[in-house]
Amino acid sequence: MNNGIMINVEKLNKTFGDLHVLKDIDMTVKQSEVVCLIGASGSGKSTLLRCINFLELKDSGLVMIGGEKIEKETHDLNEVRAKVGMVFQHFNLFPHKTVLENVMEAPIYVKKCPKEEAKMEARALLKKVGLSDKEDVYPSKLSGGQKQRVAIARALAMKPEIMLFDEPTSALDPELVGEVLATMKELAEEGMTMVVVTHEMGFAREVADWAVYMHEGRIVEVGHPEQLFSNPKEERTKNFLDSVL
Amino acid sequence: MDLLTKFIDTYPVFLKGMLLTFEITIVSIFIAIFIGLFFAFLKISNIKILEWIADLYIFLVRGTPLVVQIFIFYFGLTAFNISDFLAVVLGLAFHNGAYIAEIFRGAIQSIDHGQMEAGRSLGMTIGLTMRRIILPQASRRALPPLGNQFIIALKDSSLASFIGMYELFNVATTHGSLKYDYMSYLLIVAVYYLILVLFFSIIVRMIEKKMSSSD
Ligand SMILES: Nc1ncnc2c1ncn2[C@@H]1O[C@H](COP(=O)(O)OP(=O)(O)OP(=O)(O)O)[C@@H](O)[C@H]1O
Ligand SMILES: [Mg+2]
Repeated sequence: MNNGIMINVEKLNKTFGDLHVLKDIDMTVKQSEVVCLIGASGSGKSTLLRCINFLELKDSGLVMIGGEKIEKETHDLNEVRAKVGMVFQHFNLFPHKTVLENVMEAPIYVKKCPKEEAKMEARALLKKVGLSDKEDVYPSKLSGGQKQRVAIARALAMKPEIMLFDEPTSALDPELVGEVLATMKELAEEGMTMVVVTHEMGFAREVADWAVYMHEGRIVEVGHPEQLFSNPKEERTKNFLDSVL
Repeated sequence: MDLLTKFIDTYPVFLKGMLLTFEITIVSIFIAIFIGLFFAFLKISNIKILEWIADLYIFLVRGTPLVVQIFIFYFGLTAFNISDFLAVVLGLAFHNGAYIAEIFRGAIQSIDHGQMEAGRSLGMTIGLTMRRIILPQASRRALPPLGNQFIIALKDSSLASFIGMYELFNVATTHGSLKYDYMSYLLIVAVYYLILVLFFSIIVRMIEKKMSSSD
């Protein structure tokens, strides 16, 4: 029905007051693809992710999720968001809830999943991210890497079809980056459709199907990660890569 | 006659006064919390007209003496056959509601914006995220200033004596004028207030401790 196209963005524009943050963005992500977004601070990467799960509403253009055109007039955006998981740079775990409660919260209160079932699924997810022994701990007792893995489990608990990651490792100490990337890689191997804002070039090379370079609200270059990073076609991409590598 | 025998002689009537003081405080604070929550939501609604309504309310409360507010409620409400007790309680609730609104607003706004984002990204509505995620954290932060406001309300309840409520302060001044001995009974009533304040402080401290388990 959707030809395996999970995300389709066409001529997407977004402004904040006078600031034109996204300019005619076109992007198509197929099922099980992993896409990495790179670009300078302020280029609109986060805003693009937030438009894809409707935390921000577009000014104009088209956003299709799973082949369906989503409009705030015709869709319950909360339901759409439940199908598009998001992982944040600063984890945003719920500090007043234990690890297990963090993961169970949305299934119970959004999906009305029975508590016992939610608990079993939450435990399975925590096992998957390697944190079974932490289920009764509060987030303040976890390392950054552990927090991010809980955040991934929390998003997965809603059984999303798409996962968005906004700089998931950039708030982490270098030695903790690996464990989070490993979890994400595993997810990619299981066939999750993922859009990842990251400057972890190693991860992008290894896991991403293609990479996107954004500059001042536009997609400047799209390509296979290896090609985009080693042999960019656009001068602006090259300049950016020179400045971060 | 020493203070202690006066204290012992009068304790049944002072205890009654203390009970009334306690009731006035508890009921008015209880109502004030709902008023406060309501106006706190108006203030964070991002809807100009609602914010103005909340600002006006807070301005009125802050800009007039509490005793004037109590008298206005008393004369305004008892004309409609509302009991003295309820009139005083509503007056105090109206007053404390404004301060509590500011306490809640500050606490809610102090919660990291990422919490709302995270809730919504999971498909939770704004209302559900508010109820399940933001408010529990905000109330924990609001607890110390709320406890403070409880104690202020407790002491302010003495103004109910002006409209004839036989609460602690009224008991003291009545005894004082009957016995031509204001000083002794004012010192005695101060002790009763201190006991009440101590009691409230301990309760608040216990709740705080219980709520801080996740830190
Ligand atoms: N809610 C908002 N209101 C006003 N301006 C905003 C808002 N959100 C983002 N912006 C602005 O939009 C521009 C793009 O922001 P965005 O967060 O998408 O960039 P980014 O590429 O994710 O940058 P970074 O690498 O720093 O995270 C920035 O100039 C930012 O200040
Ligand atoms: Mg960003």
